Amino acid sequence: MTTMTDPPRASFRLSMLLNDTRYRSYTFQAIALLVLIVAFAYLGNNLLTNLSAAGLNIAYDFLDAPAGYDINQRLIEYDSQSSNARAAIVGILNTLLVAFLACVTATVLGVIAGVLRLSKNWLVSKLMAVYVEIFRNIPVLIWIVIIFTIMIAVLPGPREFRGDGATASMVLGSFAFTNRGIYIPAPVWGPGSMMVVITFIASLIGVFAYRRYAKNLLYSTGRLLPMGWPSLAIFFVPSIVMFFIMGQPIGLDIPELKGFNFKGGIKIGGPLIALWIALSVYTGAFIAENVRAGIQAVSKGQTEAAGALGLRPGRIMNLVVLPQALRVIIPPLISQYLNITKNSSLAIAVGYADVTATLGGITLNQTGRAIECVVLLMLFYLTISLSISFIMNIYNNSVKLKER
Amino acid sequence: MKKSVIFGALTVAGLAAGAAAAGTLDDVKARGTMNCGVTTGLAGFAAPDANGVWEGFDVSVCRAVAAAVLGDATAVEFVPTTGKTRFTALASGEIDMLARNTTWTFSRDVDLKFTFVGVNYYDGQGFMVPSELGVSSAKELDGATVCIQTGTTTELNLADFFRANNISYEPVPIETNAEAQQQYLAGACDVYTTDASGLAATRATFEDPTAHVLLPEIISKEPLGPLVRHGDNEWGDVVRWTLNALITAEELGVTSANLAEMSGGSANPEINRLLGTEGSLGEMLGLDAEWAKRAIAAGGNYGEVFEKNIGENTPIALSRGLNAQWTDGGLLYSPPFR
Amino acid sequence: MSDTHENSVAFVRTETIPEREPPFTASGPVKWMRENLFATPANSILTVLALLFIYLILAKTLPWMLNGIWSTDSLAACREILDGSTGACFSVLTERWNQLLFGFKYPAEFYWRPTLALVLLAVAGAPVLFFDLPRKLLAFTAVYPFLAFWLIWGGTILVPILAFVGVVAGAMVYKRLVTGSFAAGFFGGIGAAIVVWWVGGFLIPEGASDNAMLGAVPSRDLGGFMLNMMLGVTCVSLSVPIGIALALGRQSSMPLIKVICVVFIEFIRGVPLITLLFVASVMLSYFFPPESTVDLFLRVVIMITMFSAAYIAEVIRGGLAALPKGQFEGADSLGLDYAQATRLIILPQALKISIPGIVNVAVGLFKDTTLVSVISMFDLVGMIRGPILASTEWNGVYWELLGFAALLFFVVCYGISQYSQWLERRLATDHR
Repeated sequence: MTTMTDPPRASFRLSMLLNDTRYRSYTFQAIALLVLIVAFAYLGNNLLTNLSAAGLNIAYDFLDAPAGYDINQRLIEYDSQSSNARAAIVGILNTLLVAFLACVTATVLGVIAGVLRLSKNWLVSKLMAVYVEIFRNIPVLIWIVIIFTIMIAVLPGPREFRGDGATASMVLGSFAFTNRGIYIPAPVWGPGSMMVVITFIASLIGVFAYRRYAKNLLYSTGRLLPMGWPSLAIFFVPSIVMFFIMGQPIGLDIPELKGFNFKGGIKIGGPLIALWIALSVYTGAFIAENVRAGIQAVSKGQTEAAGALGLRPGRIMNLVVLPQALRVIIPPLISQYLNITKNSSLAIAVGYADVTATLGGITLNQTGRAIECVVLLMLFYLTISLSISFIMNIYNNSVKLKER
Repeated sequence: MKKSVIFGALTVAGLAAGAAAAGTLDDVKARGTMNCGVTTGLAGFAAPDANGVWEGFDVSVCRAVAAAVLGDATAVEFVPTTGKTRFTALASGEIDMLARNTTWTFSRDVDLKFTFVGVNYYDGQGFMVPSELGVSSAKELDGATVCIQTGTTTELNLADFFRANNISYEPVPIETNAEAQQQYLAGACDVYTTDASGLAATRATFEDPTAHVLLPEIISKEPLGPLVRHGDNEWGDVVRWTLNALITAEELGVTSANLAEMSGGSANPEINRLLGTEGSLGEMLGLDAEWAKRAIAAGGNYGEVFEKNIGENTPIALSRGLNAQWTDGGLLYSPPFR
Repeated sequence: MSDTHENSVAFVRTETIPEREPPFTASGPVKWMRENLFATPANSILTVLALLFIYLILAKTLPWMLNGIWSTDSLAACREILDGSTGACFSVLTERWNQLLFGFKYPAEFYWRPTLALVLLAVAGAPVLFFDLPRKLLAFTAVYPFLAFWLIWGGTILVPILAFVGVVAGAMVYKRLVTGSFAAGFFGGIGAAIVVWWVGGFLIPEGASDNAMLGAVPSRDLGGFMLNMMLGVTCVSLSVPIGIALALGRQSSMPLIKVICVVFIEFIRGVPLITLLFVASVMLSYFFPPESTVDLFLRVVIMITMFSAAYIAEVIRGGLAALPKGQFEGADSLGLDYAQATRLIILPQALKISIPGIVNVAVGLFKDTTLVSVISMFDLVGMIRGPILASTEWNGVYWELLGFAALLFFVVCYGISQYSQWLERRLATDHR
């Protein structure tokens, strides 16, 4: 208080820079800034000295040069004559692909495991506890290697499908599970298939419209329309009818063993599957714990009150407990998603061509541009992480408990 | 160089006096050991044995250089490097020389600023397939899945080869040789490709080596050799001429067995110059007169090193082929010691 | 009333009936099973599925494990003995036991040193982990890092002693000056330590390590599970103080300090550890002075420490945020300055709340130390994927090795997480 009534401007002494709380923070910040500048100057100077001593420079020209190598898993056009930059983009898309797939399955797995762990069934809850503990306490790298090894060793190679003495056969005649990946039939879009797709989308909208109508009816008049069967019917019947009206325009391209590999259909590569499964089960265990904590955070009074209102247990979970638990579950869930994205960089252990394997792997090896590659790699991950956390902060603020 | 204890404490944790841009030779002498970059493990070329002692063809080159410079073939610190870390390790001075089956290419020599001092193994990229596939030429591999051990120029050669022949393939890049083998043996890929020497080494470890064939095509030139930093010519000369000494020794018939006898003086003046009984070659190099003698004594001449580590009597069972002396129709041709 | 009873009721029981056994289905294991396993049809289906799953797993693994072979010296010999029947080849574990634990280059005659260091770690760690133990044991904890360093790396004992003396000198100067001002004490302490180290550096003779009592081991010879343990322990203990500083900096009212901390934390948390390890292996050497190179172990320790410090900072920030505002205001009203309030009021409470979170970060970090295998360090996973699987004798023994690695990590990490839960329960009672 005295400082306010007694303007010290006239009697400023140098020692006040250290002793007066008003000036001390400036002193500290000035020191910090100085230290920071000196440190960066020192490191930068070392870098320049080292680089010039080795006759190297920092340049990003190599990004335009042809990459020279092939990538087996690619979402966009790419061949060995494409540039290193394009190889990096292929890698980025692969990273996003596996991260997205793993996020979806890990969430499903985690929610199931988390709910089942609270199940009254002793065996099931113990089994889920074992699952969670085993996966949480063993490094993800080991899991990736183990699951990849399982895939390689347990699934048959394509050559075992060959000939009369084949030891393996395709499931349902159209799905091939090999240790190179899973081959599934691909749809072939004939003329008129557009109509079928449009019908399908229309019936999808129809299902939502029906459910909305039924709900409104329930709230306004109390009449309960059946939900399940009509929804299913709206979902399937028009599409199937249209499919036959148009003369079965959509065919299936069933994979076939030709030469060395299965040809046709869609191939989901082995490394992708191994990485996908490993990241899903590993992160699923963490999500299960988050879900459990979230559900337990909802006070028991809520469940009991819902029970007193006459809700069935399934509805209590869906309508009362989960919506409240979600507030607790979502923030750690997002950081798990970020973890999946970051852990997908371990793709390098199974030969999946993610961005760490293309830009930070083969391109780095072949061009020797270590600093440039690592910097770009870090920038990419940083961008992803920051944008996800930015979006999530917005979401968190929107669902924040509005306390009265 | 006196260091304060902050650095002193770190020294034990390994802050070693590294190499400045000039004078690697002096640094190595002052330090008393040489740091040599090798692979993380490739049977026959560089791999630690059960006692953790590094052995192999590339390792012998390092040992010869250490023997020439320091007089002690065991005064080498072997630094395992991956395909990714090797160039940084060399450029930053963490290692003094790199002997890690590294292919001599234009861009590595010119753009990355390294000096390849010679070639200690002429290799080429080949293919291995199970014999039951009945493939007899790499050109029949259309649509095959190919396992590649990454880290050298393998991916690029492969892409060029398949592109030139207008056939398709699916690459499966694998980090370590062990994992590549695992995939290949389980049938997850049809073909395994890497340097022909590596293929031979790998096949030797299989349960049934006869069930796999090496295809006749060698799709690339892979001159593998030791390299040093650009600009330190003194040190480059030491490594270059140590390698040449090993090659010349074989050519002149100097072996570790008759070394003592030969160094007593012989009728051939080049042998005398090599072993330091005549002339002052060692002095010109900044070493003493007996440098080459020690280098040869460390593991024998080039031929002996070859036979001991990767020759026909080892599991790797490589024949000399291109790596025979020029007098035997090979490519090994050391400049004269004069 | 009594006679109406006599007249209307033929028989009145005068004593209670002896208790009967509950029905068979409502007692004992049957009741338990009905309630816990077969309560509803859906539940029963789950139970059957779970049993089937367990059976399938056990049917595959049990014969394999029980039939395991422990005493051959190569996979081929194992296959010969098994002669086609299912069975594991655990001999790889017995034969390569030392390599798995210590790496392939650590001198065999020195194996007792890391082992002793591990045992002593338990002693040194105990007073930190369990508050009930006598506080005097902390003295040993303070000495431990220097002792462990000497045991594992060997070389002259002067270096760890000097390092210790430097720390002691720093601590004494701090004690002396801190009564005046925290900042003076803090910087004075650091300054004193540096002066002692710098001066002492000239006292240690150049070749002191050459024939020391414990032979010197270069750090690139470290490997195996020992390397994972060392990285984990070193980096976690180094990153706690840094994490605290970062967390306080992030809460600071000084904008510059705050910006620096936020940028650092968000940057580190935004990139995967593996890219930081790439930095350590391929970039960091360019940032050190030209005439020196810092070895890989130290570079990795620097990067992992930065990594875990950022995560620990976020945990502690959570702890700080959870403190009621009254604590800060109370401290202010007592006339404590920032350093005093933080040191005496805020941090003790915030750290207590954050301990379980810190332990979680520690477990995660310990697991992440396996990533160093990607940059050619031979930790447990690196040993397995590199030298052991590449060797002619053991080419193809995946399950035994990976299973062993998984088991080892599970035991350690599960132990730590159980400790964390115990701690959480214990700390929770303090609040009631």
